[in-house]
Amino acid sequence: MKNSASRDGVHESSEAADASERESYVLRLYVTGTTAKSVRAIANIKKICEEHLHGRYTLEVIDIYQRPVLAKTEQILAAPTLVKLLPGPLRQFIGDLADTERVLLGLDLRPDREHNNRLGEQK
Amino acid sequence: MKTKQKTKNQSAPEPLEKTATGIAGLDEITGGGLPKGRPTLICGTAGCGKTVLSMEFLVRGATEYNEPGVFMAFEETEGELAKNVASLGFDLERLASRKKLLLDFVRIERSEIEETGEYDLEGLFVRLSHAIDSIGAKRVVLDTIEVLFASLPNEAILRAELRRLFRWLKDKGVTAIITAERGRESFTRHGLEEYVADCVILLDHRVNEQISTRRLRVVKYRGSWHGTNEYPFLISDEGISVMPVTSMGLNHTASEQRVSSGVPQLDAMLGGKGYYRGSSVLTSGSAGTGKTSLAAAFVAAAAARGERCLYFAFEESVSQFMRNMRSIGLDLEPFVKSGLLQFHASRPNLFGLEMHLLTIQDLIRKWKPRNVVIDPVTNLINAGTATEVTLMLTRLIDQLKRQQITSLFTSLTAGDHGAEQSEVGMSSLMDTWLLLRNLESNGERNRALYVLKSRGMAHSNQIREFVLSSKGIQLVDVHIGDGKVLTGSARLAQEARTQSEAALQQQQRRRRQHELELERTAVEAQIATLQAGLAAKTEQCKLELDEEAMRYQSSAARESEIARNRMAQVKRVSDGRQKQRNNGSQ
Repeated sequence: MKNSASRDGVHESSEAADASERESYVLRLYVTGTTAKSVRAIANIKKICEEHLHGRYTLEVIDIYQRPVLAKTEQILAAPTLVKLLPGPLRQFIGDLADTERVLLGLDLRPDREHNNRLGEQK
Repeated sequence: MKTKQKTKNQSAPEPLEKTATGIAGLDEITGGGLPKGRPTLICGTAGCGKTVLSMEFLVRGATEYNEPGVFMAFEETEGELAKNVASLGFDLERLASRKKLLLDFVRIERSEIEETGEYDLEGLFVRLSHAIDSIGAKRVVLDTIEVLFASLPNEAILRAELRRLFRWLKDKGVTAIITAERGRESFTRHGLEEYVADCVILLDHRVNEQISTRRLRVVKYRGSWHGTNEYPFLISDEGISVMPVTSMGLNHTASEQRVSSGVPQLDAMLGGKGYYRGSSVLTSGSAGTGKTSLAAAFVAAAAARGERCLYFAFEESVSQFMRNMRSIGLDLEPFVKSGLLQFHASRPNLFGLEMHLLTIQDLIRKWKPRNVVIDPVTNLINAGTATEVTLMLTRLIDQLKRQQITSLFTSLTAGDHGAEQSEVGMSSLMDTWLLLRNLESNGERNRALYVLKSRGMAHSNQIREFVLSSKGIQLVDVHIGDGKVLTGSARLAQEARTQSEAALQQQQRRRRQHELELERTAVEAQIATLQAGLAAKTEQCKLELDEEAMRYQSSAARESEIARNRMAQVKRVSDGRQKQRNNGSQ
């Protein structure tokens, strides 16, 4: 309920500027130990989050070597994999997240795209 | 210790170790199973049985060889899988709860995935590794890993990772099955055979003249002998059954016991006792020669002994069969009612050949009859090619023999002339072959029967006339005169002739006997007269002797009287007489 209310607010303001009005993000990054790809992925996502989601995200980094059961229950196939749990819909990002543009697109963090998307969603 | 052993095995030039699949027939074709500790590729078109085969590999491994297995599904969820194979009698949930089997459904949705840079499939490895270690799996199935090609955009990464995966599976020492869709030009759509090179099995589902048959072929088996043919296989409620003819185990024990054919005269022809128990009998002949009647007689006799009989009728409905058999004095109704006789009437082209074999095997397994009749076996050719029928029969007969079930097959042949050739394929499978023929002469057709072969018994070499009447089946000696076999009314006429001749002869014989009797009486009378004469003579002789003795006695008495009268002179006189007699003799 809260989400939809704030979304309406966003629409009315028509400018994606005020961070405090946005939904908070729940992200989970599955990595495999300290491989180069894992390390890169962690660095990349931290950077993206700090730049675009400052103060409204929770990021959990999970090493599937340590918790292999999660690989099965969370349907993890590739590594590293970033899962966006919230806001919906569920999305998986595979790879070391070096392609910032795609990550931002996938996280609905591209201002223009985001706006259009929201318009589309409302219709 | 264990790893040491393993490396030692790998380095030594020992023959390839194999993992038995437990799938009927497959282990025979592959000479013992799939290569142990290596991945095997199973490819085929959609719906050809890849999933079933690989699942059975795991289930058999878990239940029969105590080798737990991991099934990683990319297409079906755990629930769907369990439901789909439940019809094969596999209880996946029970196996899973006993830690014998682990199902893992890998769900990948292309639309939910965003590629954002370099990655690998370590997640899959972790899952698989965890699954294998959690139950100590020895067998792994990946079904169908090619789905990944559709879900993951970067083929270069995928190929590299698959290569790594198969190597990893080898290192892990698990025997794995990887399934793949059949490609148009290569074995698999994405060329997986390039990575899995140890053993490739191809499954096929072909429709030939509206009848579909599944086939299996071992395309490649590195380091091992394997059957190269295409083998038909079927999916029954017991799983997959491959039918390799080469694997025919001719090691069933042969029974010494005999069973009646239902026709006493036929038993007499078969060494006096009938068929061997557990043997296969073929009765062949053209239309209307009495094949079914002979089969019915066999069944009736068996049921009368209290044995269960299974009758597959591919020509007549049950009620028609009953009516027809009643007309020759065989009432099978009571046996059906008492549950000793079961009929299965269907048109052969109702199902494919494999389905027929399946039904037959199934009923035999469930009902455990001691006798089986398939009437006629030739109708099954409509459901497959002649080669397939022969294959199927080989398999069936093999099974029947192993279970000591006596089987009778009827076979319709096109004409009287080709009768012996047309059965060549089938006849070698049969122990006893009765040939029924129509003999046409004197404006009528008569049935004749002879034993073409009967293994292991001294059987008659004679043609008998086969007479069907309301009293039942009779085998009558045929008459052979002037080099011609006489049957039917010609035989009856000949019989009448012979009979009258015999009567005449008997009359003559009786007359002669009478004459001789008379002669004998006459001689006896003569003997009596002569004996009477002899007796008279003897009497006379005796009388005369007596008289002589009396005369001598009386004269002696007279002499002694005289001597007594003369006194004292007796001695001298007698002395003097003696002297005189002595002088006279000198």
